[in-house]
Amino acid sequence: MSTTEQNSELYGILAEFKNPKALIDASKKVVAAGYDKFDTYAPFPIHGIDKAMSLPKSKLGWIVLTCGLIGFTGAVSMMYWMSVMDYPHNISGKPFFNAPAWVPVTFELTVLLSAFGAVFGMLFLNGLPKLYNPLFNVERFKKATDDGFFVCIEAKDSKFQADLVKELFEEAGATHIEEVYD
Amino acid sequence: MSKYEYIPEPALVKGNHDFASLTKLVTDVNLRPTPKPWYAAMLLANAFLGVFLIAVGYLIWEGTGVWGLMNPVGWGWAIINFVWWVGIGHAGTLISAILFLFRQDWRTAINRFAEAMTIFAVICALMFPGIHVGRIWVIYWVFPIPNQMGMWPNFNSPLLWDVFAVSTYFTVSLLFWYVGLIPDLATLRDKATDKIRKFSYGLFALGWTGSNRAWWNYEKAYMILAGLATPLVLSVHTIVSFDFAVSMIPGWHTTIFPPYFVAGAIFSGFAMVLTLMIVARKIYGMEDIMTNDHMEKMNIIIMVTGSMVGFAYMMEFFIAWYSGVEYEKAIFILRATGPYAWAYWIMMTCNVLSPQFFWFKKLRTSVGFTFFISIVVNIGMWFERFVITVTSLANDYLPSSWDYYSPTIWDVLTYVGTFGIFFTLFLAFLRFLPMVAIAEIKAVLPQADPHNYDEETQEFHPHVVEVPQPKAETV
Repeated sequence: MSTTEQNSELYGILAEFKNPKALIDASKKVVAAGYDKFDTYAPFPIHGIDKAMSLPKSKLGWIVLTCGLIGFTGAVSMMYWMSVMDYPHNISGKPFFNAPAWVPVTFELTVLLSAFGAVFGMLFLNGLPKLYNPLFNVERFKKATDDGFFVCIEAKDSKFQADLVKELFEEAGATHIEEVYD
Repeated sequence: MSKYEYIPEPALVKGNHDFASLTKLVTDVNLRPTPKPWYAAMLLANAFLGVFLIAVGYLIWEGTGVWGLMNPVGWGWAIINFVWWVGIGHAGTLISAILFLFRQDWRTAINRFAEAMTIFAVICALMFPGIHVGRIWVIYWVFPIPNQMGMWPNFNSPLLWDVFAVSTYFTVSLLFWYVGLIPDLATLRDKATDKIRKFSYGLFALGWTGSNRAWWNYEKAYMILAGLATPLVLSVHTIVSFDFAVSMIPGWHTTIFPPYFVAGAIFSGFAMVLTLMIVARKIYGMEDIMTNDHMEKMNIIIMVTGSMVGFAYMMEFFIAWYSGVEYEKAIFILRATGPYAWAYWIMMTCNVLSPQFFWFKKLRTSVGFTFFISIVVNIGMWFERFVITVTSLANDYLPSSWDYYSPTIWDVLTYVGTFGIFFTLFLAFLRFLPMVAIAEIKAVLPQADPHNYDEETQEFHPHVVEVPQPKAETV
């Protein structure tokens, strides 16, 4: 796990900021400077960081809607096939297609599939599980889940130039700047 | 001096905590060596778990005849305990989902704890429908799985709806809980120093970094899950009440059952959260996070839902009379004066009378009194289910078939044994997982809000509320 700087590739430059407000101001500056392959890290979601980073709306809602519709149609067609087509049973003279009685099962399966969509869709959109991350090579980055606020601009960014990035972070008031190697 | 006084909301976290000290306070419980009393408690819980296994083993060996079931009471402690445990579970979802949608930030201190309670309570509840069928080897008939008869489940039956409702509820609660745990598992991964913890927390944290691009989707997912869990939790106890309400038994066949069951579930669940919270916060020194303000708010919810339950009891009586149905009238009078009157009056005392003490601020802020009432409420709610289930069956249409129901020792041991399951799981949870949602509690600290920082210097300064001076009175 030791970072042998000679053999490894530069992943990006990581800067630490002192508090949530400083992080928001820094990400505004990063966006204004035209970088787009960057991310900010915090131990909890910060109010207004999405605007500061100019993040697009999350697509999760559409995934959940799709899953919910699959749950709904799946439930109704399952019950229709089982109770009307495959093995119709006369139960106290009720119609085979007994819509009101099917409401609870339809509702539960819609909720179940939507919840699957919300959880697994969220993990998919976030690219998780991803057990290796170059950022984990940085000892200081452990603070990101405790009380640290970080910005990382990745080397993949078309505008990336190590000196300019460091200068930008310094200007934004970073308390610590570090190169991250893969 | 203005005649109006500004009373700010009490701080959610007491003491002079910052982000790092909160992390330390919560994760220390998981990272320090296991305290000896924990082993003692675990051993006791395991003993009860053993009792459960013996009771269930004997039941499966001998058949459901070992229980006190007889004619006409074919539904006894198993359904009572099932409804009781499911009801307890509902508080966790209420705290994590409904209070989230209402933006009640105080929920962050207790939501992880209560969600864990939900999951373990539902596991205990699921034991009863799992074992109550005489032929346990064909329990899979409750699911739409192909079988040798080519038959499918009866989708018109409330008992089948129950299968779908409770299993969906369990799955969604588990997912919701796990989603909340991901960032905190990452915290533990980063705090852990030994290999085993690093690996296992790291594995379940899925590589969470705290990226704000990830938080963005995460928060959306959390909100959607809360939106899904809210109607779900209401539907679950509604469907549980359908088990009774859809049948043609006097005292069961009423439309008030769904809302009345849901209120009762929240009532008993909050009581259980309080019982556990008051003990756990003391042992683990979490009084800064789980404060007396939280206790007071929960006591108010207990008072409100308790009053709703009390109202429902009276409404049932009124409707029984108003309906003009002889059997319906008879069963309610028999409940209060008949062979089970003792159970009815225990229920009335514990559920209707006891929460009314919380009108007094002194009592609802007293830790000892709250603990006492929280246990009384759960006794009361157990008796509510007993009264509903047993009285209606024991004294139904034909007086010649009436009989008195008593449980056997195996009923009792099975029920007592479920506490073994519950506390085994709960103690393991307290030991190995963060009992407070660390990321969420940090987010409600005043330091977490960027608006509480100076625009120029980026230094923290707490929000100051200016109280406008009222205009001079003109009357």
